[in-house]
Amino acid sequence: MALPIRYTLRNLWTRKLTTALTAGGMALVVFVFAAVQMLDTGLRATLVATGQPDNVLITRRGAGAEISSGVDRSQASIVESQPEIASGAGGTRMISKEAVILITLPKRGTGQATNVTTRGIGEAGLMLRPQVQLVQGRAFERGSTEVVVGKSLATRFESATVGSVLRFGGREWRVVGIFDSGGAAFDSEVWGDNDQLMQAFRRQAYSSVIGRLVDANAYTDLKTRLEGDPRLTLDVKRERVFYEEQSQALSKFISYLGLTLSIIFSIGAMIGAMITMYAAVANRVREIGTLRALGFRRRAVLMAFLFESVLLGAVGGAVGIALASFMQLVQISTLNWQSFAELAFSFALTPKIAVLSFCFAIVMGIVGGFLPAVRAARLKIVDALRAA
Amino acid sequence: MRDQRIVEIRNLSKSYQRGGQIVPVLSDITLDIASGEFVALMGPSGSGKSTLLNLIAGIDKPDGGMLRVAGIDIAELSESELADWRAEHVGFIFQFYNLMPVLTAFENVELPLLLTRLTSGERKSHVETALAMVSLSDRMEHYPSELSGGQQQRVAIARAIITDPTILVADEPTGDLDRASAEDILNLMDRLNAELGKTIIMVTHDPNAARRARSLRHLEKGVLTADRS
Repeated sequence: MALPIRYTLRNLWTRKLTTALTAGGMALVVFVFAAVQMLDTGLRATLVATGQPDNVLITRRGAGAEISSGVDRSQASIVESQPEIASGAGGTRMISKEAVILITLPKRGTGQATNVTTRGIGEAGLMLRPQVQLVQGRAFERGSTEVVVGKSLATRFESATVGSVLRFGGREWRVVGIFDSGGAAFDSEVWGDNDQLMQAFRRQAYSSVIGRLVDANAYTDLKTRLEGDPRLTLDVKRERVFYEEQSQALSKFISYLGLTLSIIFSIGAMIGAMITMYAAVANRVREIGTLRALGFRRRAVLMAFLFESVLLGAVGGAVGIALASFMQLVQISTLNWQSFAELAFSFALTPKIAVLSFCFAIVMGIVGGFLPAVRAARLKIVDALRAA
Repeated sequence: MRDQRIVEIRNLSKSYQRGGQIVPVLSDITLDIASGEFVALMGPSGSGKSTLLNLIAGIDKPDGGMLRVAGIDIAELSESELADWRAEHVGFIFQFYNLMPVLTAFENVELPLLLTRLTSGERKSHVETALAMVSLSDRMEHYPSELSGGQQQRVAIARAIITDPTILVADEPTGDLDRASAEDILNLMDRLNAELGKTIIMVTHDPNAARRARSLRHLEKGVLTADRS
């Protein structure tokens, strides 16, 4: 028979300060553990949301990223003529031949020059990204040096507001609108006319070609034909897969760093919990002896102390997750190692992260409390009753 | 009932290991205690009286000899069998009351009943009766820190009798109390023995307490030396 839960709860409540400090230490570890995963999830969500499920993205074979890719005009025309590429209203092919160029812009506040992705899109470029909505101003005129900027960029960079002028590629580009892509990586980009950008940067080849498939099953046929064509040295990927791969290097770094930090911190927190529980056992030796004398078995004593430690972990876990949830209000920007451009993303708390973090806290409680609980359970009744 | 032997001890011995040396505590103890007896065990410090009480109560194991309580050879029981046996057959009264400080008087008394199959309602009724017997019905929701020493010991007695155990073992039950409180506790134990027929085995240094017992066993250097019946 187990000891009543109120016995455990009141023992924790009686030593409020120690309980708060121990649970607080665990909460900080859970906070780090959850925040790192939220960062990773936010990054992945941002990049995955960038791709549409029925779009394909075509780059030079082995390029890996748009910035290091080159698809010449003849190759792009062959892609455009494929039967798997859908047609829009009026028979326009749903394809956008795009030029992706890195420019530098001064950051707001610090003035520090930072890499920014500038994307020259084709006529169908906006139609291929239905998630992109203009939230201020208007779309750029094709054939002009007008640009629109993503909303994250507008808040973080100087001269990225409607009506202001950006200078790059030897020209002045007027910002005529701000768009919102719903948290995708496009929010950190500048978009303009592909031909104008290629002229300004003297580019002969596109960086990538994005096309809409007639249906999702057409992907395999298109990929097989284009990648098997000896005239073309191209990689064909679903757009969503392409962007998922873009997140891998940074995501892995964040995951490994976060996991390492969490493990190191958790060792500290578990030692903290262990010290607290050893102290709890030492202070209650006579109580333990009495409980055993009354007929409670070793297992009941072990479970009572283990439960106490698990409760500490649970409190720490709940507080840590609550603290981490506030991180969703924070947006951070960093260099994406695949595109070498600034990428803004938010911390994203998912139910999976919350459950995982809570389990992590419970495991800390169990590991921290196990040895003290075993010590409590193994005390000899006679010795325990003699304790002062 | 009075003539039925509730405790049978034959040639019992017990020693402890201290600093690599084996120190004999009890040697060749033979003792019978009848059901309904009120026995006081007396003797100087280190004479082995508390050890004998611990052995009878099943919280320590003898090295040799036979120890039968309520017909069961408790030296042969496993750790968990012994725990169950104590829960059913032994009520403890300690010198320092040994109440759980985080539980109320009611909850302290209820503790041993958690090891039984009684329902919550049945437990409540039992606890209320036991606390009424020790005249603490009005202190049920008080924590031990809110009670006097005498009241705490009465709660401990209520806890000891709540399961209607075969024997009550008391180790210096008045050792931490003033004279008036000690007298109250002894009167209570007297009543439990006389009115309810409880078998009580009490270790004490206090001659006043010992006089309240129906019989006296004296221990010296681990050997029973004299009896008064």
